[in-house]
Amino acid sequence: MTPTRVDACHIEGMKSQTDSPIIHVCARGLAPVILIIGLYVFFHGHYSPGGGFQGGVLLAASFLLLRMTLGTQISQLVMPSRLTITLSAIGALIFAGTGLVAIFAGGNFLDYGFLPVPWFDPAYLRNYAILFIELGVTLTVMATLVSIYDDLLEA
Amino acid sequence: MHWLIEFTLFTVMIVAALVALGLRNLLAAVVTLNIFSFMVASTMVSLGAIDVAFTEAVVGAGAVGVFNIVAILLTSRKSLD
Repeated sequence: MTPTRVDACHIEGMKSQTDSPIIHVCARGLAPVILIIGLYVFFHGHYSPGGGFQGGVLLAASFLLLRMTLGTQISQLVMPSRLTITLSAIGALIFAGTGLVAIFAGGNFLDYGFLPVPWFDPAYLRNYAILFIELGVTLTVMATLVSIYDDLLEA
Repeated sequence: MHWLIEFTLFTVMIVAALVALGLRNLLAAVVTLNIFSFMVASTMVSLGAIDVAFTEAVVGAGAVGVFNIVAILLTSRKSLD
């Protein structure tokens, strides 16, 4: 399935919507920038506008831009279709698992102060546990949006 | 001065929504809906709700537009009614 020649215009059976080299070059240049902005929004989400959901949608927008311009087959190199459902399940597991670990350690659901990480001050523990929760949200949103796009094209 | 900005945003928003309802070309209707969504996001910025505006801009003008365009590519470009 992996194409040896990364030239998007001339691969047989590729579901590309366009063959224009201008659009291909622009999309290839724009997609990493959107990816970096998505990571920025995700990492600064807990003390500024943004967060896991918005960062995840931005990451998914970067992958969807590649999928719309270069075609589904060549963009498997960036984000394989078989990984999406697994990544989405892993994200939901991170979110719910952190909450359940807090319950078993004696607190409420998602009570970050009770997480059993002994080498952290409780204030820093709350700070970084929010970032960990956001990681799960980001993974789930990104993988689900890419998976919805793949299923739409297969229909 | 601030009411002038909001008035312009609301006018463009309502006109874009009405035009999107009336257009026969569905691709143009999707682009007009993206304009509507962007105007909603700008109104949220003007009201001071940065987080809501961010979500609206990313989801309404980004992901939903992509999914609508894919749905149009799979069905037909023209509206029948």
